[in-house]
Amino acid sequence: MPLLLAALIWTTPASAQSGDDEFLTAVGELREASFADKEAIAERLMASGHASAGAVLTAMLEDRLFSTQEQKVVIVRSNDESLTSFELLDPVSLDGAGSAAPASLTRIGTNNRLRRFLRTTVARFALASPDAGVRLAAVKDMVRTLDESTVELLKTRASSETDPAVRREIETGLALAALDSADPADRLRAVTTLSSRYSTEVRNRLASLVEPAPDGSFAETDEAVRVAATDAIESIDSTRQLYSGVETLFFGLSLGSVLVLAATGLAITFGVMGVINMAHGEMMMLGAYTTYVVQMLMPNAIGWSIPLAVPAAFVVAGLAGILLERTVIRFLYGRPLETLLATFGVSLVLQQLVRSVFSANNRAVETPAWMSGTLQLNEALGITFNRLYIIGFTLVVFSILLLVLRRTRLGLEIRAVAQNRGMARSMGIRSEWVDAATFGLGSGIAGVAGVALSQLTNVGPNLGQAYIIDSFMVVVFGGVGNLWGTFIGGMSLGLVNKLLEPYAGAVLGKIFVLVALILFIQRRPRGLFPQTGRAAEGT
Amino acid sequence: MTDRAFFSNLLRDRSSAAFLTLLAALAIAVPVLNLVVPASSPFHLSTYVLTLVGKYLCYAMLALAVDLVWGFCGILSLGHAAFFALGGYAMGMYLMRQIGTRGVYGHPILPDFMVFLNWDALPWFWLGFDRFWFAMIMMALVPATLAFVFGWLAFRSRVTGVYLSIITQALTYALMLAFFRNDMGFGGNNGFTDFKDILGADLQQDSTRVVLLVVTIAALALSFLACQFIVASRAGRVIRAIRDAESRTRFLGYRVESFKLWVFVFSAMVAGVAGALYVPQVGIINPSEFAPINSIEVVIWVAVGGRGTLLGAAIGAVLVSYAKTYFTGALPEVWLYALGSLFVLATLFLPRGIIGLMPVRQEAR
Repeated sequence: MPLLLAALIWTTPASAQSGDDEFLTAVGELREASFADKEAIAERLMASGHASAGAVLTAMLEDRLFSTQEQKVVIVRSNDESLTSFELLDPVSLDGAGSAAPASLTRIGTNNRLRRFLRTTVARFALASPDAGVRLAAVKDMVRTLDESTVELLKTRASSETDPAVRREIETGLALAALDSADPADRLRAVTTLSSRYSTEVRNRLASLVEPAPDGSFAETDEAVRVAATDAIESIDSTRQLYSGVETLFFGLSLGSVLVLAATGLAITFGVMGVINMAHGEMMMLGAYTTYVVQMLMPNAIGWSIPLAVPAAFVVAGLAGILLERTVIRFLYGRPLETLLATFGVSLVLQQLVRSVFSANNRAVETPAWMSGTLQLNEALGITFNRLYIIGFTLVVFSILLLVLRRTRLGLEIRAVAQNRGMARSMGIRSEWVDAATFGLGSGIAGVAGVALSQLTNVGPNLGQAYIIDSFMVVVFGGVGNLWGTFIGGMSLGLVNKLLEPYAGAVLGKIFVLVALILFIQRRPRGLFPQTGRAAEGT
Repeated sequence: MTDRAFFSNLLRDRSSAAFLTLLAALAIAVPVLNLVVPASSPFHLSTYVLTLVGKYLCYAMLALAVDLVWGFCGILSLGHAAFFALGGYAMGMYLMRQIGTRGVYGHPILPDFMVFLNWDALPWFWLGFDRFWFAMIMMALVPATLAFVFGWLAFRSRVTGVYLSIITQALTYALMLAFFRNDMGFGGNNGFTDFKDILGADLQQDSTRVVLLVVTIAALALSFLACQFIVASRAGRVIRAIRDAESRTRFLGYRVESFKLWVFVFSAMVAGVAGALYVPQVGIINPSEFAPINSIEVVIWVAVGGRGTLLGAAIGAVLVSYAKTYFTGALPEVWLYALGSLFVLATLFLPRGIIGLMPVRQEAR
């Protein structure tokens, strides 16, 4: 509604100054008028063509029109009951007019009849708006509460409407209304139109036509219309099923992307150095907290915080990783089990460190406006932007990583050390340096994954632990030291998890996946894409 | 060489004897100090400390089990707490059935949580748990079966090293998720608690607790001897050979998989019994016992104490657990720092654990 209101203020043609007094008098009369009189006054307000007419009528419809103790009519910005003081607006200029305690104001009441009238009136304003979004919202509103006057409005608008989405919605409304028509041919046509609409309301409305009453009669008397309605329901159901399948697929891909992000860094360190980094989850946690800190530093530019947090998190987690490699891991090469224990110790220290610095409670990381919201593709399918961005983000990060590994000097050295450390060293590669850089790279990517996670889950000391086991599964499933294996492993685990969820529930689905993985490892002990050649023998 | 072998043998025998003597002394001293010495005396041992000692000794048993597979056979299991918890759940089921009509809802057969969930009959897997002997068998059999199935699958397909560690972790994680579910029939996230008595003896009585402690000491001594026996036997030498050079042992004609499997199963049984003794003493069992971190903590006990020495594992378990009790009470925020640093320092500077320090001292003397 605020959107609607804003549109009304902007679009109604401004009227002459002289109209203000007349308008104010009419508004003032609302205080004492009967419901029937109010309707007449509302009509006068509308006819005045005053710039604020739409706003006043909307406020009246939403119970935001009050009279003060000084016998003045005011609009309140919000009538939320939890407010201790209402912010007042002048009905003529719509400027701020101070504030008042709710108890000192008297509401200008409405009844059902008046509200219906106001809704139509307001809707007519909205339908004339040049913004297609406002028109669409108005039409949707009207379709939900169809009556003669709204149908009439929709009919007039249908001929002049140019926007296809609004047109479609108007047709839906008219068809829904036509289902009550006395002419079976009209009803049949309506059913045909509705068979290509996928919203729940339409489906339920059609289902009510063919649902037999207790005495065996039908709400719809005509046989042909009933047959058409049954067909329409079937077609709607199958389409809706298709879209819910698409939605599950999308959820699976977005979960898969998160897993891929979380596991790639692990795959690099594990694949190149044969090192299991149990502190990997905490590197993600560091990334997530970096996002939090960045937002704390720039509270007025939340929109920019995420693009800034990505490099920041990469640097923070990457440096932490290099530090970890230099101080602990390099003394433990060739002893993978000891490395596992030592890095686990590090993960405990990092968790406690975060608890000491930021407290044990979860921290709220804001989602920038450009990342929130839903992309509504049709009545049955909506895609949330943050998940969409995370899929895209994962693809970008993954491509960059592939480029780094395949096209740069560092990537070449990393691959050389991974394949044959001794040979690489004798060719003049400083394997120590490469180890540190690899570990930094893997941890940095974990930090970047943490930024993405901060948009999906709570940022707290246990953030890393929640994802570490899943990431291990991805790496083990995909095959160590194979980035594509990690990618396919992560995506398929995400998909399987989400596909199982509707049938087994989230927890049981996860258990199934874990058990299936344990069994899978028996069949292919080195993952989907095992390393071959010399490198494979060492581990 | 022979000299060193002789000395280390002597050390092992001497220290094992010392350990068993210490256990025997505990078994005598603790009951006397708790029951005979009056509460006013400074030598009186409170029931709290008694329970704590019992808890540590259960942990020591669990550490023995982990040491046997990790220290001697090279299988780093990050899921041994699962076997411990399964044993504990078996005991818990018996104790729940013993509550009878004394529960909040007073149902003669169904435990409280089942009445709460509106179940009208016991699930099949609860049948028989009203008998102690049955529960006793299950305490070892359930962990052993899981270990057998898991080990059979894993060892036969030669899943080794970090891969094995990770899937053991996945195993205990999956079990934790499963036991958290209410409809599994194991009390969901509350688990079992409010136990009344065991074999007719009130669990709140000091005398019952003393008996439980003595039984725990006996079980620990027995498992210590059993592990010692396995390690010293011919099979024990094969097991160590597997740890040091698995492929070579296989090429020499030994069935590596079978050796690994039986050590793993035996170890799971010891862990299960430890868990079963643990539950009546602490008075609760819930799914958090399955948490992956618990299994990892066990591994650190063994690493700190000295892996590959049974004595070291037991000592490590008691010392680290004591440190945990102390720190979480006195300086709660320091505990994770301490534990974390312990992991790092023990692996970096004490590859053979506390026990690794001892021969040096002997030679110096």
